[in-house]
Amino acid sequence: MEKYDVIVVGGGPGGLAAACAARKAGAQRVLVLERDSRAGGILNQCIHDGFGLIRYKQTLAGPEYATRAIQEALDCGVEIKCGTMVVDMSAQRQVTAVGPDGLHIYEAGAVVLATGCRERTRGAVMIPGTRPAGVFTAGVVQNFVNIRNIMIGKKVVILGSGDIGLIMARRLTLEGAKVLAVVELMQNSGGLQRNIQQCLYDFNIPLYTGHTVSNIVGKRNLSAVEISRVDENNKPIPGSGWTVECDALVLSVGLIPENEVAKAAGVKLDPRSNGTVTDDYMQTSVPGVFSCGNSHAVMDLVDFVSAQGEIAGKNAAAFCSGGQMEQWVLSRLSEPAKGLPEPDALNCILCPNGCRLRYEADGSISGNKCKRGIEYARQERTDPVRTLTLTVRTQDGRLIPARTVEPISQAKLMEAVAALQRITLPDRDYVCGEVLVEDLMGAKVVATANIPAQHP
Amino acid sequence: MNEQFDVLVVGAGAVGCAIARELSRSQLRIGVVDKGCDVAAGASGRNSAVVHAGFNNKPGTLMAELCVEGNENFEALCAELDVPYKKTGKLLVAFDEAEMETLEKLLRQGEENGCKGLRMVDHAAVQKLAPNVGGFGGLYSPNTAIFDPFLYTVALAENAVYNGARFFLNNRVVAVKKDGDLFAVTTSQGVFKTRVLVNAAGMFSDKISAMVGVDEYHIYPCRGEYLILDKIANDYLTIPVYPAPTKGNSGLGIHLTPTIHGNLLVGPNAEHINDHLDYGTVSKTQDELFAAAQKLLPALQRKDVIGAFAGTRPKLASPEEGGFRDFVIKEEPSVPNFINLVGIESPGMTASMPIAKRVSAMVQGILQPAPNPDFCGKHKNIIRFAEQTPERKAELIAQDPDYGEVICRCQQITKKEICQAIENPLGVKTISGIKYRAWPTTGRCQGGYCLTRIVEILEKEYGVRVEDVAYRDEGSELFAGRVK
Repeated sequence: MEKYDVIVVGGGPGGLAAACAARKAGAQRVLVLERDSRAGGILNQCIHDGFGLIRYKQTLAGPEYATRAIQEALDCGVEIKCGTMVVDMSAQRQVTAVGPDGLHIYEAGAVVLATGCRERTRGAVMIPGTRPAGVFTAGVVQNFVNIRNIMIGKKVVILGSGDIGLIMARRLTLEGAKVLAVVELMQNSGGLQRNIQQCLYDFNIPLYTGHTVSNIVGKRNLSAVEISRVDENNKPIPGSGWTVECDALVLSVGLIPENEVAKAAGVKLDPRSNGTVTDDYMQTSVPGVFSCGNSHAVMDLVDFVSAQGEIAGKNAAAFCSGGQMEQWVLSRLSEPAKGLPEPDALNCILCPNGCRLRYEADGSISGNKCKRGIEYARQERTDPVRTLTLTVRTQDGRLIPARTVEPISQAKLMEAVAALQRITLPDRDYVCGEVLVEDLMGAKVVATANIPAQHP
Repeated sequence: MNEQFDVLVVGAGAVGCAIARELSRSQLRIGVVDKGCDVAAGASGRNSAVVHAGFNNKPGTLMAELCVEGNENFEALCAELDVPYKKTGKLLVAFDEAEMETLEKLLRQGEENGCKGLRMVDHAAVQKLAPNVGGFGGLYSPNTAIFDPFLYTVALAENAVYNGARFFLNNRVVAVKKDGDLFAVTTSQGVFKTRVLVNAAGMFSDKISAMVGVDEYHIYPCRGEYLILDKIANDYLTIPVYPAPTKGNSGLGIHLTPTIHGNLLVGPNAEHINDHLDYGTVSKTQDELFAAAQKLLPALQRKDVIGAFAGTRPKLASPEEGGFRDFVIKEEPSVPNFINLVGIESPGMTASMPIAKRVSAMVQGILQPAPNPDFCGKHKNIIRFAEQTPERKAELIAQDPDYGEVICRCQQITKKEICQAIENPLGVKTISGIKYRAWPTTGRCQGGYCLTRIVEILEKEYGVRVEDVAYRDEGSELFAGRVK
């Protein structure tokens, strides 16, 4: 039996930050157990940008954020064990994990659960109809499209306008699919305002709020969905529906904290959300077992997940040493604007201030705390620019996630995508930050992840 | 395909597979054709997964006789075939005196049929058997059991293959002609000649019968929808709970059934439809199912629902007639060597082996084959990593590192199990085929974690092209190809 001061279950952003903080707070041996073949969690498939504005004061692509978090953990002396899944844990913090190298039983002074969340499925929201191929959750689509180089359809309907749904609308459009509709049950979208603008409005993708998918049609393959208006109880209104022919339905209908390991150890869960119940120090009902990130409560921004992970990790170390614990406080001030943009108003996305800018009748712009806000608002009205995030193919069919260093004109995005599609990279290792293309319509394109060459 | 068989079975449901397996005890050239891409594609894979005791059926019917016989031998059969089986018993609950009387009648009917151990229970006893269940009192059946209907059918088919039978999936029968002493069965892929023809086509048994020239049956498809709940059976209910039956019902009433995997099933309703293969679910029905389930088990929550499915019952009783009509199991006098099975609905799974034994006896009478000296009825299922002790798990990983790679997080199914499922003797390589054999994609995340990984294994280790990865039947391909 191997002993560690702190064992972190889950190598996503929360777990990595927790491990790092535990080391910094004096824990000697800190181990992260990650079931995937690499650490970074779901960020690895989130190749779009917009991460890290609060934590790193710049906007990063998901894999870039993950790469930083992994490097920070390694630099702190954290041990990361990938391809290893925790299958059991006791209240005495005995952790059982399996990997191709065997079954491991660890003893931990303290444990941090950073097990993330899973997607709500078709079954959970009870969409009636047949059960054809072509109905996917958004995260699965993201994995297929961004990592495994597999396209899930050509004519797509998306249910749910949370950020994942919005991001996938843009991703699928950039990869050549026609996104026919984004359907939202509620009267307003729960997604970030910048995502509604940059993922839907930029590409003229229609958003139907107050609607739902009321039927799924097709025996073997999906052939159509029915979209209906909903009443005040969010039930489809009979007769209000219309049929949209499509070959893929992408569901982005919510996330549920994943807490099977917590359950095994007897950690108390919130019966409604399935999140862990913790005290202010992120300690669960089982002493010495801490919880953070989406397995505690699903968060909008990864920056918050990392921040909470740090508190949980620090307190886990303090639990071992008998040191002082720190309370978790979420600063709501820095949360960016959500929901449908108002006409003549715009939320600045350049820094965490998120100023609410207003286009006045006289053509001036108000609401800005600095000059950059005015420039941003003007640019959005005249020639908006975007950081393009995409993948570039290697000869052996791997996808290297990438982004432009300089933003490019929104009007020229599809042209840039087409140019990038024609490029095939040689088979070799790729390193986060290395330049893949020197000049894509005036912008450099860099890799946003470390992708090793495939071993034959 | 222009081969000759001694016996050709149409239909690879539980009954067809049981027949093939029983026939393989003799030296016979046995073929099984089915339009589906896998066994158990019809009613055998779409039911409550209950081994019935036999009290629901009218005394003197084949249904009653074969169900009781099937129930008595099911445990031993599952042991031989290595199929998960659990004798849970079953509870029927009454909410008033009238329903108690109905249940008492059912008890007497059951005793007449030869069911053992049936007894009436009072409210306190109901609470003891199923602590969360409401109701006034009930009928308890100790011999009712739950099992895995997919693995059961797969095991029968694989054991039949092991003993020499051959399966031809994706073969839709389009015509049957008499060719001298033989039948010439034309399918979507070729012509199969056979001395004896067995119709075990379930939902389409009337159509096959008509093709052979016996045009006197009509199958009325009757859909039943289910909700699948998360693995909460241990928290809520460890015994199937049914309502008291109502007269003329085409099913057994919406009930709650723990599955052998620990999930809870709610359903089915009974709705006569026109399309034999309409497995669609309807919002209104789903609400009804949930309401009926909550009547039995008030603690149920909607957030526990993780999936839904539907099946169709091949009924001989018309919607107007209601209720049940007995199984047709006979050698048709007008067409020698044609063994006709029509209207094999519930309790067809329970009765599948007794049906097979009767069919086998008919075939013995016609062909008088020699016994198959190499017959072995034992079948080994894929080892379930999650069910092993830690010591055994460590051993398995040491033997094969693929046991250390967890592909399905919800139920801890390893790469080794997925690969064994892909390498099945029937050659089925669909996602549903892997699902029924190794059980991935069935947990609370419904494939959110494992689907991408299974596709990668199919692609990288078995050379399946991305475009060809199918969910279920041909034509249910999942993907549009490469992104770039």
